Amino acid sequence: MVTNIDQGEDVPVTHRLDCRGLSCPLPIIMTKRAIDALAPGEMLEMSATDPGSVNDMAAWTAKTGHELVGSAEADGVFTFTIRKVGQDAGLR
Amino acid sequence: MSGTTDKDIDALVEARVQALLDERLGPLVDERVARALAAQEVKAEADGQGQLDRIAIVASKGSLDMAYPPLILATTATAMGMEAGIFFTFYGLDIIHKRKYASLKVPPLANPAMPVPVPNLIGALPGMTFMATAMMKSWMGRVKLQSVPDFIEMAKDLGVTLISCQMTMDVMGVKKDDLVDGVTIGGAATFLEYAGKSKISLFV
Repeated sequence: MVTNIDQGEDVPVTHRLDCRGLSCPLPIIMTKRAIDALAPGEMLEMSATDPGSVNDMAAWTAKTGHELVGSAEADGVFTFTIRKVGQDAGLR
Repeated sequence: MSGTTDKDIDALVEARVQALLDERLGPLVDERVARALAAQEVKAEADGQGQLDRIAIVASKGSLDMAYPPLILATTATAMGMEAGIFFTFYGLDIIHKRKYASLKVPPLANPAMPVPVPNLIGALPGMTFMATAMMKSWMGRVKLQSVPDFIEMAKDLGVTLISCQMTMDVMGVKKDDLVDGVTIGGAATFLEYAGKSKISLFV
């Protein structure tokens, strides 16, 4: 379970993706692959140490239409929670 | 009596001028407006309909540092739901050359951006390219940046279109067997057709 930073409610995470130590563009590419494997509505939690991933995840969710539910940082690790939106959200 | 006549004359003149304007100027203005509207429509068509959600990149350099921008941009584009295609030409061919792409180098000579703490001319000495390449590779290793071969595999896996320039292959004597699998061969027209419909076109 992870706390939804914005709404303070607990949401079940379907899959956790560890991208710590990886640099651009791997966090984005691995997030894309992980989201592809989920069903619409399921949640992905991705953690990364790449500071660029904060803006990258905002840009990626804006472009693909998936929902960036929460974003937090602790001790240099950035954690993002993404909800997969329907199949036709712009992905190939 | 003359006042009324003047007013009548004024009214007549005005009516006559108005009629002339409508007759002569009216059609001209209509034609101009119609032409301007048509031009706008053509432009809107070109902007709106023609451009696919696609990035087209020319990769023309074969040094280690310049191999990455096309690969990173293309793979990230596909991760964002776009199409991506890279056209490898001239030294960029080394990036998809089976025997060369694992050993790309970066020279410090004539490359003042390289933070090698020696005068630029020293970069001409034997061994300096080796040192600069080793230094860059160690930086890349520290952030776990994937090697060029790994990136090419990832690009293919993500569906990036890889096109090899036919003319460069002829000029440099490169055969299709020398290139990695999954590369199509084309010329300038192939790339221009691909890029012509792309929202983003870049030259590296």
